[in-house]
Amino acid sequence: MTGVQRMNKIISDIRETARQLLADGKVDVVIGYAKGSLPLKATPCFVHSAQEVDSLIWDETCENNLAAFVAKTPGKKAIVAKGCDSRALVVLLQENQLVRDDLYIIGVSCHGVIDQRKIGAEVGEILEASISDGKISVKGMEGDKEYLFAEVKDATCQTCRYPNPVIEDLHLGELIQVSQDVAAFADVSAMENKSESERQAYFKEQMSKCIRCYACRNACPLCYCQECFVDCNSPRWLTGGVDRAENLLFQAGRVLHLAGRCVDCGACSRACPQGVDIRALNRKMTKDVYEMYNHESGISEEGKPALNVYSANDPEEQFLVKE
Amino acid sequence: MKISKVKFGQAFDALVSEYQIIAPVSDANGIAFQGVKSFSEVKQDYLNSKLPPKAFFFPQHEKLMSYKKEGKDVTVKSELKVEDTILFGIRPCDAKGMQLLDMVFKNDQYTDPYYYERREKAVIIGVACQKIAPTCFCSSFGMSPASSEGSDILFIDLGDSYEVEVITEKGKALAARFEALSELTADEQALVAKIKSAETSSKVDVSTTTSKLDKMFNSPFWDTLQEKCIGCNVCSFSCPTCHCFDISEEVRKNEGTRVRTWDGCMAPLFTLHGSGHNPRDHKKARWRQRMMHKFNYFVHNNGSMACVGCGRCIKSCPVNMDIRQVIDGANKAELVVE
Repeated sequence: MTGVQRMNKIISDIRETARQLLADGKVDVVIGYAKGSLPLKATPCFVHSAQEVDSLIWDETCENNLAAFVAKTPGKKAIVAKGCDSRALVVLLQENQLVRDDLYIIGVSCHGVIDQRKIGAEVGEILEASISDGKISVKGMEGDKEYLFAEVKDATCQTCRYPNPVIEDLHLGELIQVSQDVAAFADVSAMENKSESERQAYFKEQMSKCIRCYACRNACPLCYCQECFVDCNSPRWLTGGVDRAENLLFQAGRVLHLAGRCVDCGACSRACPQGVDIRALNRKMTKDVYEMYNHESGISEEGKPALNVYSANDPEEQFLVKE
Repeated sequence: MKISKVKFGQAFDALVSEYQIIAPVSDANGIAFQGVKSFSEVKQDYLNSKLPPKAFFFPQHEKLMSYKKEGKDVTVKSELKVEDTILFGIRPCDAKGMQLLDMVFKNDQYTDPYYYERREKAVIIGVACQKIAPTCFCSSFGMSPASSEGSDILFIDLGDSYEVEVITEKGKALAARFEALSELTADEQALVAKIKSAETSSKVDVSTTTSKLDKMFNSPFWDTLQEKCIGCNVCSFSCPTCHCFDISEEVRKNEGTRVRTWDGCMAPLFTLHGSGHNPRDHKKARWRQRMMHKFNYFVHNNGSMACVGCGRCIKSCPVNMDIRQVIDGANKAELVVE
């Protein structure tokens, strides 16, 4: 089968699975993706009846992490989950945010999603685009261009080690072979190797772009606090002031809250309308957790997120004392 | 009449000493409206800014007043600072957006001094669009990429010069400072006519939307519409007409500031009462509010829709909620018999 045929087969299998689940009354809603209104943009889609399943699609534009919708959607639901969506589901299950029996996971392996921002920066507003067998043809306001998928793969997906769902009730399509057996953090190391003033300059610029719309927080499948610390007015942790210091407090607070939980899906960065490099913070934290606790979040249903468990052997000598 | 860009640049640079001049510049994140000191900093070829220029009159975070208590003495200080300002390069959609905001902040019941005093001291030089993005749909609202509503002066870019159209008295006073205006050639007149007759290719039919929404408060349309919305503020913050705000006190020990910040109807804190009750406690009610406010309440109150078709919310929405599709969906939604 060609790539296109394989993709089409997965789409028809997703639709058929959704049709069956809805027709048999096993779920009330199927959460998947539909074609969006803009080129190279899919949109989350909630299918409630077997008649509507043909709107479901699957391709390299399915960039949202659908796990973010699961807890907020009432009833029994099926979800189309790629690797990172499934990892977020695992963390949500570990944290008792989901009832496993209410959830049917339609697993699909993911080769990565397209970084539209990169394309837009080169061709201007995207007028038309088509994806076929690893090639993306784009017609933009500033010119036309052809890309290989690898050239415009989202930064997150380039270091992804879990393209296959880690938890699922059904798998559609072929599994993807993963060669990388150790997590690579070249991007974080590069940042660590910069001088303090360089890093400061970088984050100053990034934080000055933030408009505190909270798209990052809301797109994150693991930011589910009923009341986010930024919205709390007693005590008031931060003001409505949109400046670098306040923005950094928000972003750093969010990242720390995700320590040992973040599944590095990149949904926050993709959601950001301002192009803030949120992942630069998340990745550093992910690396630290990986090195200090030998922990990667959401890769197995066993266990708990790194910072949710305590042991006398924790390498924090000053903190826990063996008696 | 037209002015050469060289001559206009000279006039612009001379005005810098008298006015704060805001214009489009290229920054790390695309196009932004910022204070400039010279015409050479101004970006000439651009679609529109990422964020709307409304913040110059209605900042995202604004100190209204500050206060201090010492013993029994309380001092209160106004924080309003107003400068003579020129906003240059405003696109017709955003200029119209300012006009709509004017209706909110100055009307027969109330004048907001913070907005209005800045607005009074500002002159808007609009520049017509010659490139139209696929998400632009201003022609849906009786406007066009070259319409002049909201601008004090409208420029049309002719390459080496601008066609100058004076729209208001304020514009007339400023245009008196431009020298060496000359007549358009026949070719330039034809170009102006062509730019003025352009329309956005994307259009949505809003002719029945307001009256339809009159009957849709309890429609099941809202139930499914809201499902994929993640409740962030991207659409509100990037909208040139959204104007909901929140007032709060930022207090430290014996001194404090009263601040006004942008609010957004998609956020869970929107209209949350002190009691904990929220009349719009679900995205469904918040989405209904968004649509009703823009396409129904605002029309009833001010005679115009509170959307100018700039397309920013469409471009920036993390889940591709497309307001054009929402309008279309409302137009077509079946009515429930009550």
